[in-house]
Formats: sequence, C-alpha cells, structure tokens
Amino acid sequence: MPTCLAQLDFTTVATGVLFYALAAVVALSAVGVVVSTNIVRTAACLLFALVGVAGLYVLLSAEFLAAVQVVVYVGGTLILIIFGVMLTSKSAALTTGARRGEVAVACIIGAVMLACLTLILLRTTFTSDPMDPAAPYPVVALGTALLGNYLIPFELISVVLLVVMIGAAYLAKARRGDR
Amino acid sequence: MNNLATIFAVGLHHYLVLGAVLFVSGVLTILTKRNAIGILIGVELVLNAACLNLVAFNRFSHGSGTALDGQIFALFVIVLAAAEAAVALAIFLNFYNNLGTVDVERASDMGEK
Repeated sequence: MPTCLAQLDFTTVATGVLFYALAAVVALSAVGVVVSTNIVRTAACLLFALVGVAGLYVLLSAEFLAAVQVVVYVGGTLILIIFGVMLTSKSAALTTGARRGEVAVACIIGAVMLACLTLILLRTTFTSDPMDPAAPYPVVALGTALLGNYLIPFELISVVLLVVMIGAAYLAKARRGDR
Repeated sequence: MNNLATIFAVGLHHYLVLGAVLFVSGVLTILTKRNAIGILIGVELVLNAACLNLVAFNRFSHGSGTALDGQIFALFVIVLAAAEAAVALAIFLNFYNNLGTVDVERASDMGEK
C-alpha cells in the first residue's frame, strides 16, 4: 500500500472519497443481491452494482471500459435478464428463498472465503508500477492493441458472438416451433 | 495527518478487497438462489469481480510502456458474459416451456417428460 508522507493534496482526497462512495454502493448492492428474495429486486440491485463498477472503471482511468460496461451490461445483459424474469413470471414459488440450513452453510462458506481472500490479499505485496496518466490516450492504445497483438482473439470472439446469437435464437425458439 | 493520507490514498489492495467482496457475494447468490435467473445474476457478479481485478491490476502494476492487457482481458470477459447470459436465458426459457417453472430443484432430468 503506498504510504503518503507529505500533505493531503486535493486529487488524492477526491479520489479517495469517490472510491469509498462507489465501493459502498457496489458492496451494498452486492449484499442486496444475496439477501433479496424477490427476483425483480435482485435484478435492481445488480443494476446498481454494475453502474458502481462502471464508476470504479472511470476512477481506474479505463473510460472506454466504463462505457462498454454501461452499454453492454446495463443496456444489454440486464435487459435480457429482466426479459427473462418477465417471460418466466408465471412460475410459482419465485419468491421463496433458500432453506434455513442452506443459509447457514452458505454464510459459513461465504465468511471463510471472504476471510481467506482478504487475508491473502493484504499479506501479499504486489509490484507497484502504476500506469502513467500522461501516457497516450488509453482508447487509442486499446484500439491499436485490439487490431495488433490481439487481432486473432478479437476476430475469434466475434465468431463466438455470432454462433451464440444463432444458437440462443434456435434454443429459445425450437420448443415452441414443434408444438 | 499521515494516517489520514494513508486512508485516502486508494491503492491496488482497496480494489482487490472490493473485488473479493463482489466475488463472495456472487458465490453466495449462486449457492442460495433457487430461481435459475437468480443464479445467472450471481454469475454476472462473479464475472464483474474478475473484471474489476483485471482493470485494477492494469492500472497499478501493469508492466512497462502503455500495456493495456488487463483492460483488453476485461473487454473479452464482458463480451463472453453477454454471450453466456444469452445462451443461459435461452436454456431457461426452454426449461420453463417444458416444466412451467424456473426452480432449479425441479431440474432433475434432461429429457422429455
């Protein structure tokens, strides 16, 4: 953890305050996703968590990723999930949560996992080599990398998207077609 | 004063701990929800935790020059998450058409009734 010895400058404090605000939003929404028993409320909590993570991306100077996060996740995946909720809303017993025993086991697993992860993270020293804020504008570098070093994964993932689109449409339609 | 500065100077560890919280929330959601769509939401949380970690590593310990490997990996993860959500929802719709419910405890066989 970098230790500032000198005075508090404005940017540091502003970044810190913004980080803690966004982190609180993300963590509370994530906990809301876990504890809410209503599926619509779960989806709403996921919305806030995703928007909070987009804000954190901005703080990490990944503006393009923040935009992608909002457009693809909030605008695409979340809408898809809400459509799924609406299409399956006649299903009974949607609001029933887990059983008491399951909740206890899940709490134990979660607490142990969180404690272990946090302990490991805090005891590890990572090589700190922060990105230079004055580097060429990240979006330009991102585009160059995508069409340079990462050209083959980039093209492959577009094929994957096409296959997934056709496959999902076929899967969702097939059953109703033969009735 | 010095203590305050340490609190406000947000470093890699802050983001990693937040990522751990997100990840554990996602795992707990997967474990406790009985609605298939709830489980999908948990998977999205886990993937977001991974993305957050990748971007944080890219920002704070990224090697030399203008390497953006972490951000590009996060981009791929976002795309694959969208693809995964589409396929999973198609499967859930099929499941719902067959059984009339999305309760995962009813999903005990793969064939036709």
